Order: sequence, then structure tokens, then C-alpha cells
Amino acid sequence: MAETVSNADVPMFGVRGYPAALERVARRAEAFVIPVAALIVGMAIFSLFILAVGKSPLQLYEVMWRGGFGSWFSIQNSLSRAAPLLLAALCVALPARLGLVVIGGEGAIVLGGVAAAAAAMAFNGAPSFIVILVMGVAGMAAGGIWIGAVGALRHYRAVNETISSLLMAYIAIALMNQLVEGPLRDPASLNKPSTQPLAEAYRIGNIPGMEVHWGIVVGIVACVLSWVLIEKTRWGFAARIAGGNVKAAQVQGLAVGPLIVGFTALAGGFAGVAGMLEVAAVQGSANASLAAGYGYTGILVAFLARHNPLAIIPVAFLLGGIEASGGLIQRRMDLPDATVLVLQGMLFIVILFSETFYGRFKAFNPDLWKRSDHLKRIA
Amino acid sequence: MSEGDKKAVGVETIGMTMRFGGFTALDTVSIKVPAGSFHALLGENGAGKSTLVKCMMGFYHPTAGDILVEGREVSVTSPRDASAFGLGMVYQHFTLVPSLTGAENLVISREKVPGIIDWRQERADLADFMQRMPFKLPLDVKVAELAAGEKQKLEIVKQLYLGRNFLVLDEPTSVLTPGEAQEVLGLVRGMTKAGDLTVLMISHKFHEVTAFADDVSVLRKGKLTGTGRVADLDHKAMAGMMIGDQPITALDSRALTKPDADLVLKVTSLKAPDRTGLKSIRIDDLGVRSGEIVGIAGISGNGQKEFLEVLAGQRARDGGAVLVKGSPYASSRTEARTLNVRLIPEEPLKNACAPRMTVAENIAFRTFDIDGNGKPVNWINTSGIKSFAASLVEQFKVKTASLASPISSLSGGNVQRAVLARELTGEVDLLIVSNPCFGLDFSAVAEIRARIMRARNSGAAVLLMSEDLDELLELSDRIFVMSDGALVYETPIAQASVQTIGEHMAGHH
Repeated sequence: MAETVSNADVPMFGVRGYPAALERVARRAEAFVIPVAALIVGMAIFSLFILAVGKSPLQLYEVMWRGGFGSWFSIQNSLSRAAPLLLAALCVALPARLGLVVIGGEGAIVLGGVAAAAAAMAFNGAPSFIVILVMGVAGMAAGGIWIGAVGALRHYRAVNETISSLLMAYIAIALMNQLVEGPLRDPASLNKPSTQPLAEAYRIGNIPGMEVHWGIVVGIVACVLSWVLIEKTRWGFAARIAGGNVKAAQVQGLAVGPLIVGFTALAGGFAGVAGMLEVAAVQGSANASLAAGYGYTGILVAFLARHNPLAIIPVAFLLGGIEASGGLIQRRMDLPDATVLVLQGMLFIVILFSETFYGRFKAFNPDLWKRSDHLKRIA
Repeated sequence: MSEGDKKAVGVETIGMTMRFGGFTALDTVSIKVPAGSFHALLGENGAGKSTLVKCMMGFYHPTAGDILVEGREVSVTSPRDASAFGLGMVYQHFTLVPSLTGAENLVISREKVPGIIDWRQERADLADFMQRMPFKLPLDVKVAELAAGEKQKLEIVKQLYLGRNFLVLDEPTSVLTPGEAQEVLGLVRGMTKAGDLTVLMISHKFHEVTAFADDVSVLRKGKLTGTGRVADLDHKAMAGMMIGDQPITALDSRALTKPDADLVLKVTSLKAPDRTGLKSIRIDDLGVRSGEIVGIAGISGNGQKEFLEVLAGQRARDGGAVLVKGSPYASSRTEARTLNVRLIPEEPLKNACAPRMTVAENIAFRTFDIDGNGKPVNWINTSGIKSFAASLVEQFKVKTASLASPISSLSGGNVQRAVLARELTGEVDLLIVSNPCFGLDFSAVAEIRARIMRARNSGAAVLLMSEDLDELLELSDRIFVMSDGALVYETPIAQASVQTIGEHMAGHH
């Protein structure tokens, strides 16, 4: 009987008979091996799709490698695409740690971009570092309010956050269209209604020596800060409790409402910054191109990274590379540009399916290593 | 009374063995339940009682062993087979459809129901059938409106209606008041005496076994450790068979509560909506003094859960005051910390832990945001959390593979130990506990009750809500009965009578 065995045989820091380091590695390896295996399975299934349209999957993956990672040029291309994905993925990952599934980051990106463009117009003439700062703050505030509202609706009015964030993304896109075709429209923009183009001085440029804008640095810093927030601070710990079991958090007297609103607002803020970067570093003005789907690809990135902000960094690079290779695939293989979207969709399904495998493998689960003993003791 | 071909059947198991992988849940268990007898099956959680009856009912396919029905070897490979031999089971929790009437529940439970049901004919048949039953039940009322005792009777009647004359009753009285339990078991006893029914009852209440059963079999760790006539065994002998020679934590003797002890918890004219939002709970006046345990008895669903949720800050209140040591208490983290209030809800894994976080993290829930001197800190001290958890795990004898194991990998008793370790460390002025021993085994129960008593003796005011009357009688200094959302009865422990408490629980006053 477990309750009566003398306590001497219960180790304090590790599973009996195994070094603590091995235990730690095993527990961590799971979150790496399962997503990688899921990626491989997803690509294998995608190969069948490619075979079905009469092309060679091997050639496709070769082209994909060249288009996304094969040369310094393609790596830079992938990094540029990874920048907004990093921030969009945080918009999913941070709420996910609180147990919320927010899929409307696209709305925060779009509004963040519009707010940044509007701020630049309002501060036109001020020194460039001030304008860029104000644009960042405006983008962050717009995105933060948008997704923070999703969190508030969830906590105070019990509105499902998945549905509300998605619907609010459509509202955000409509709002952007209304603004860039109405009050914020630059009369000079004829066939693509846009806001006034940013003056050259207010643009965010490239990292010296690279064809990659500074957004990638902003994204990586945001991921590192988010990781520190979740893993190392009291707010992150409290959020993990609330995400693990909201009843337990309430019994501990934790302020669950402010935690949810705070985390969702921060998440939306990051997506808003992604929109600001699109305006300040890529488009030069706010227009319909802001709704380019980064918010949705960000969902895939966050799930693939298991909502771990540090893991988002390599995953965003990988997905950025897959997106970057779309053009080359179209040209070389005579496949539609949307082929990479099919791949993304298949990967997503396989990733979601792979969630059911966590905790099933003995190798990754030190609690099972002495299972037969353990059962004998508790029975 | 009964139809000629529907007499009670006797069942016997021979060398029943069940292995799950390398683990033997049931080890060559042979029990004999003759026709018309009332047999009790005793054992702790995990002793193999459920495994044994599941093998008999065809849910499990035993690794080895035989089943004899009426002395003939039979093969029971599915619940359908079991039913054909007249074997049936009544589960601990109700399996009736609440929105249908008793009659409808009975008819739809049949294996073959015609596509179009002739209700007039069915009602006539049912009335005829009920004539022959000792149970008196309103069959035209929706099950949801029946009292727990009536539902339990209906469950038993359902089995008899389906032609099953050997019944396994799985802790049949766990949701009943003492009065209802007495009545239901009395009726069942009557039917076995008349030779209409054979009963195998899983129980952990010795007094029920003594009062109703003819024979008893005791399982421990999958082995049969004793069997015999109930008349020849006392409670001590049965307990010995159940738990072996393991030491049981003794309860601290009860230190005297000082009559002038400080009033720690004071609840006045508290009102809050219940789960349905249609009714409300109201606590007019409840006080708990330092160094006493105040117990709240009641059948589940009479507002205890809502009251606890109000105290935990999970449910808004409509009015009234909760005072702790004279200051208003709204269950915030700061208030709980400065006033030394601890709350342990029932089913701790579900209500007080984050199942996928580690044992160490779960133990840190109360203290992760303060340093050793109680000052707020913003940075998490991971190694501090680990060493704190390590010392508590040792002190409270939590059995865990590792501090980094998810807490959901622990057994129920060990989860409860980990939660108690978290909540009983440091100074405790007010302890609010709900069903602390639900589903735990003998020694864990004894140890956890001892810890609660120790907290009381060192000056904590304890509010104990429990559905287990024995637990309340063992621990409390005063007992309240909660019925229909209100505290309807109060008695000091010295004058407490199970009978009177039971009547108030049932709302007969």
C-alpha cells in the first residue's frame, strides 16, 4: 500500500534508479519529438497529394528547400516573412497558456497597422524616432484593446473567445476598409485605396548587411520577453495556474479576470506591432494588404511550437521559409501558389491530431518507468 | 410472491484472477454467494472489489478462473451474457434518465422494446409487476423529482424488472440519508430472506454489513483475506482483514475548546443564488471559534457546494456578511494571506490543482509570489520552489515518482496529501474543508483526519463540510445540518444523534 511504505524509498528529486538529468531530458524531449514527427507525417501525407496531381514530391521538397532555406537570398526572404509570424504566433500562444484559444490575431494586425499609419499622419513632422515610437505604441494599443476585449468578453460575459476573436477579425478588416477608403484615404491612391505613404524618414529599414528589416529583431525580443514573463515571473506562474485549472486559481484568490484581460491585451498588442511593422517596414502605408493571412499562419506556428514562446522562433522561420518558397514552386513546378496553403492546412490537422499522443510514450514519461512497481504499491 | 421460474440464483467464483500487464489486480479469488443470501464484499479502494464484480458481470475477461451459476460452470463474456443468467448490477451513481418517469425508464431499459410502445398495456403490466414488489414507488413521476432513496429503489426495481435475481450493489447507500439507507437495505434484506433475490453488496460501512449481511468476504491487494459468517466477526476483525497489520494514524485526543475562544469565522444573513439560479442559499448565523471543528452535514445538493463557493470567492453573493477575525472577508489572495485562511475543496485534483503542472509547482501555489518573509516578489525562484516542495513532500509523506511529475500522476490520497501540505503549512487561523476523505482508503483517511484534528488542537477554527456522517461525528465539536439551502439544525457533539440528524437531512422537520 503506497500510504504505508516507508518514505525512505521515495526519491526527492528524481525517479528512483535514474539520474535526474535523464529524467529532465526525457520530459523535455516529448515536446520536441512529437511535433517533429507530426511535421514529417504531415509532409508524407502532402506527398500523396502531390503524387495525385502527377508531380514528384521529392522535387517539390527540393524546390521548397531551395526557395526557403537553400541560399543566403532565400534565407533572408524567409526571415522577412518570419517577422510578422513571430508576433502573430504570440497572439495565440500567450492566451493559450491561460487556456484560451484565440484565433483572431489577424484583426489585431490589421487594426495595429491602421492605427500606426494614422499615428504617423498625426505626428507628421516630428523627429523620426519619436514617430516610429508613437506608431509602435499606437499599433500595440489598437491590437491590445481588440484582443483584450475578447478576453474581457470571455471572463466577464462568458462569450466563447475562439468564436468572438474570429468574428472580431472580420469586423476589424471591415473597419480597416472603411477607414482607408474613407477618412484616412490618400487621394493619390487610385486603384488600391491606401493611407498616405510614410515619409522615407519614418520607415523602418533593413538590418545593416542584410535584406531583412528590423522587425525580425523585434519579434525575437518579444518572444524572449514572453518566455521570461511566463516562466520566470509571478504573473506568468499565476497565468499557468489559471490556465491549468481556473477553479484552483480562484481558490488561491488569484485575480483571474485581470490576468486574462492582461494576457490577451498583451497578446493583441504584439499582433498590433506586427501590423505596425508591415506598415513601417514593408508596405509604407496601411491598405488591404495588411490582411495577408499572417494572423492565421500564426495559429499554426503557435500550435507547432506548443505555445512555448522560445520554440516559436525556429518554427516561425520554418513556416516563413515554406511561404517564401511558394513563388518558386509555382514557377518551377507549374503548381498553383496556393500549394503551400494546402501543405499548411495538412500540417495543422496532423499537429492537432498529434496532441493526443502526449503522455502516451513510456520513453518520455518517467512516471511510467517504474509503473509496475508503482501500481503494486498503490493497489 | 415471485414467478416460479424467477427465483434467486446463487453464484460462485473459483480462482478468479485478473492481470493488467504485469500487475495482478485479482489473485485467485474464490467466493461463494448461495441463492437467497446477502453477501457483503469489503475492501479498501484498489483492493480488487470492482475488478471482481466486473469479471462476474462480463465487463472484464478474467485471466483465469471460473464462474458458477447455480452450481453450473458458465461462460460470461459480456454484460448481455450476465443478464441472461439473471446477474445484474446497481451502480453507486444513478443511471436513470432524469427527464423521464419511472415507468418510462423501466420500459426503455428492456433489451427488446417494440418500435411502437403500447403504453396502456405497459402500465397495466407494470402495475401488476409492482404488486409483487415490496417497494412502493410512484412510477408516473419524473425521476428528477424523486428523492435519492426513491431513485435507489427504482434502480433496484429496474434490475428486478429486467429479470435479474442476483444483484451486485456497489456502495448503494453512499448517497442516501441514514433513514433511507435503513429502509432500502431493509427491503432488499426482506427479499433475500424470502428467497426472491441474492445480493452481493460492496460496502465500506461496517455497521451496514453487521446489520444486513449474512456473510462477508474481504479483499486486500487483490487477495481474499477473509470470509465468514457476519455473526462470527466483529468490526475489529473485519478491519484487520481489510487493512492487514499496517499502522493507522491515531487521532489526537481532543483538546478542550476554551469557552471564551475567539470567534474566527462569522457569517451573518448570507444570501447567494444556487446553481440553478432559481433558489438561493441563506446562512443566517454561523460562527466558528478558534480550536473547534464545526461540521456541516447534509445530503449532496442542498447548498453546501454553493456555500463553499461563496467562501472561496467563486460565487457572487446577494447580501450578508462574512467576517474573519472581525474584518470583512471577500476571499482575495491578500485577505486570505493576512488573515491566515485556508480552503480545501473536495476532489482536490479537480478543484485545487492544475493537473498538468508538476508536484512542486502545485505545492507552490500558495507561496510562489512571496519570499521567506512574506514580502511580495515578482520573480519566481525555481530552486526555492523545489526545495520547499521537497521538504513538504517528505513531511507529509507524499508518494511521488518525482517532484517534476505532473500531479495528475499521483494517487488520490497523495494528491490530497500534497494539497494538505500546501494548505496546512505555516500559521492557520481558519481552515475550511469539504469532503476531505472522499474516495480515499483507510489509512489515508485516518491520517488526513488526524491532520485536521491537529490543526484544530493548535488553535485553528475549522469548518468541515462533509457528506460522510461518520466523519462529522468523529471530528466535529458541533454539527449543523444543511437542508434546502439553509442551516436547519444545530447540535453539540455530546448530544448528537444520528437519527435526529438524519431526519433533518431528509427535511422532515
